[in-house]
Amino acid sequence: MDKMPKWADVILIPLISLLLAAIISALVILAIGEDPIAAVKLMVNGALGSTYGWGYTLYYATNFMFTGLAVAVAFHASLFNIGGEGQAMLGGLGVALICLFVPWPHWSLALLGATAAAAVFGAAWAAIPAYLQARRGSHIVITTIMFNFIAAAVLNYVLVNVLRPTGQMDPATGKFPTATHLPTLHDILSPLGIAFSKAAPANVSLIVAVLACVAVWLLIWRTRFGYELRAYGFSESGARYAGISPFRITMLAMMISGGLAGMMAINNVMGEAERLVMNAVEGAGFIGIAVALMGRNHPFGVFLAAILFGFLYQGGAELALWTSIPRELITVIQALVILFTGALDNMVRMPLEKLFLALRRKEG
Amino acid sequence: MSTATHHKGQPDTAAPAIELRGISKAFGPVQANKDISIRVMPGTIHGIIGENGAGKSTLMSILYGFYKADAGEIFILGQKTAIPDSQAAIAAGIGMVFQHFKLVENFTVLENVILGAEDGRLLRPSLAKARKSLRNLATEYGLDVDPDAVIQDIGVGMQQRVEILKALYRQADILILDEPTGVLTPAEADQLFRILDRLRAEGKTIILITHKLREIMEITDTVSVMRRGEMTATVKTADTSPEALAELMVGRKVLLQVEKQPARPGATMLEVENLHVTDEKGVERLKGISLEIKAGEILGIAGVAGNGQSELLEVLGGMIPGTGTIRVNGQDLDLTGKHSDGRSRRARGIAHVPEDRQREGLIMPYTAWENSVFGYHNDPAYQKNMLLMNNAGILKDADDMMNRFDVRPPNPRLSAKNFSGGNQQKIVVAREIERNPDLLLVGQPTRGVDIGAIEFIHKQIIALRDQGKAILLVSVELDEILSLSDRIAVMFDGQIMGERLPGQTNPQELGLLMAGVAGKAA
Repeated sequence: MDKMPKWADVILIPLISLLLAAIISALVILAIGEDPIAAVKLMVNGALGSTYGWGYTLYYATNFMFTGLAVAVAFHASLFNIGGEGQAMLGGLGVALICLFVPWPHWSLALLGATAAAAVFGAAWAAIPAYLQARRGSHIVITTIMFNFIAAAVLNYVLVNVLRPTGQMDPATGKFPTATHLPTLHDILSPLGIAFSKAAPANVSLIVAVLACVAVWLLIWRTRFGYELRAYGFSESGARYAGISPFRITMLAMMISGGLAGMMAINNVMGEAERLVMNAVEGAGFIGIAVALMGRNHPFGVFLAAILFGFLYQGGAELALWTSIPRELITVIQALVILFTGALDNMVRMPLEKLFLALRRKEG
Repeated sequence: MSTATHHKGQPDTAAPAIELRGISKAFGPVQANKDISIRVMPGTIHGIIGENGAGKSTLMSILYGFYKADAGEIFILGQKTAIPDSQAAIAAGIGMVFQHFKLVENFTVLENVILGAEDGRLLRPSLAKARKSLRNLATEYGLDVDPDAVIQDIGVGMQQRVEILKALYRQADILILDEPTGVLTPAEADQLFRILDRLRAEGKTIILITHKLREIMEITDTVSVMRRGEMTATVKTADTSPEALAELMVGRKVLLQVEKQPARPGATMLEVENLHVTDEKGVERLKGISLEIKAGEILGIAGVAGNGQSELLEVLGGMIPGTGTIRVNGQDLDLTGKHSDGRSRRARGIAHVPEDRQREGLIMPYTAWENSVFGYHNDPAYQKNMLLMNNAGILKDADDMMNRFDVRPPNPRLSAKNFSGGNQQKIVVAREIERNPDLLLVGQPTRGVDIGAIEFIHKQIIALRDQGKAILLVSVELDEILSLSDRIAVMFDGQIMGERLPGQTNPQELGLLMAGVAGKAA
């Protein structure tokens, strides 16, 4: 018998964790002499109060959906991919190459090409640690995190020495051709008569991200590969009994994971910056871990958690802009959310399980 | 010791060594113990028998302070005693010998005995004291163990003695033994019973938890039967019979002996020649096994756990590589290459009920319907199209299968972990037998399975044999091997010590072979 109903596990626990994180954050804000209620108002207003705010919130959320899905897929095979950061960097390189060197006639074709390139580059970057894990037993956590640094170095080299237009000071590629510019939510929604901020970066990649959520759900719970992936994740000895190849699962799971992380680049590189810069990923690869944790590794949970973190990012930026709450404190608040929803999960879970058992006994 | 019947109990004049009154314990909605009362007189052996999940272990865990009872009282020698933790249990003179030993493998016997009972910060005085006390215990109870031997170097029988010594060193007057013979050879079990006899004669009180009726009949003075959390009966062992106890355990009449016709062996189905397996650490686990099984025949592999039986099953099932020759239906199997996995074996008509259903045969968080195709999930019948599995179809098939095999509760949407051991095993057996294999590999088919389900599983295996299939049965339960097999091969140290026919051998002879004592040529 399960210890508590499913809804409590997937909805109640994250909500309580979130509430606890909010309370501690409020205390911290109080301690530095600011008004927490005003801060919350400002965050909500800044992130959700206008289509401009929503445009940023959804833009960040798109990034986090990709990286969150990446972590979730690997996690179902009991592989902890913390290399999303590096895989997304390499995805950006793939996007840059395909946008700069292929003469695309239309953005839709360019989007298809760029998505494929981003996925291939991300997958290839994840394939190396996957191979080392599957064949040599090198722990995937160690190798993927090392590959983040290698990715940064590779990108640095390529941007400075290869892709930087001559004469440009800044280690970045040139602007992508206009034909590859993706329509923003403003461009998509205005023909439908819905006014949306022109300045906000949220773009058509959001739709790709949502499709990716659906695709990952199908992959994990409806395909043979997903069946084997989860079986391997739950029990390696069971997989061996059934004739499921650990090598194949490890490689494919990590490559799908890396591919998803890489696909983030269609949002930040192609959709927003329209060129590849050094620090394009901005930690979204790591946020993906928190998003997957909070979303219970379920694509729908990842979707919701990504929007929450998008809100925190955008709201946090507003706070830093309009109050004397320093930028670092915003990071503290985000870290508290990660801490409570991820690491301190059991702190909420155990008392709640006891509560449900006690309730059930009373009924029975 | 004065009369001939010395080992059958002491006079009932003193207060009971242990008395439980109205013990109840619930885990969530599950009532594990319901209003249980027993009295165990000092200097007796009291058996507690019941199926898995009947609540035996819960009851003993309450007595040893692992769980707190929701209601009820414990009296030790007539004194009401609270046992909030195992320290209190030890202080009250209760010692427990667990089914899975709690010993530090790379410590010596002496070090294990004092672990947790050291007298001070310095070890030397404690060790010296323990050494002396072990010597006394050895002479008093016949519990000879080399105090300086390292645990990992001594056999399981010896390890169990260390567990008993640990309890006695802590001045236990009441010993609880949980399924003590599960890992022992028949000879080791006999030795254990001699020790228990001696302990009883010296006035110790022993509670023996087991599911083996034979042991209850052999050694206990009184026996309590548990079923579904309730104590259904407490009787004097002399006044009952195995059949009566089995009926009390299950709640209906059960066949203890499997009914089967003589085998009608056909063509050779499985041939194994000079099979070797070396594990990852470089230890040779199978040292040249040769055997064959004909269609319509059950070959039983007897042996103490850890003598290569698991590896034999695993190499046949494609889980580990090996060298040598294995032929099924006259065709060689791939033992090292691309086709040496479980999937290829299944394609060759080999089904496998693995030894450990929880780690191998089932994915515990998977639902019953997901588990019902585990290993066969690539079968085209289970695919809806190129991409997706036909989950609805699998669910429906699983529903039918669970009804045919009487899996309870018959709900394919429940996770495997929510079924009892017996019903989990039924799911595995059903899945493998329904595939109509040419060769069925069966490892420990009834380990941790209740009597009712044992009967059912045995019948299924016999039925498959009678359809002309070959069956390789590995079990550490000699009774099971003796009653199911048409031929018996005994394994010791990665080799086959000999083959016997079940009608022409006995547990003693098999026990000698299992211990590596080569018998007369078969």
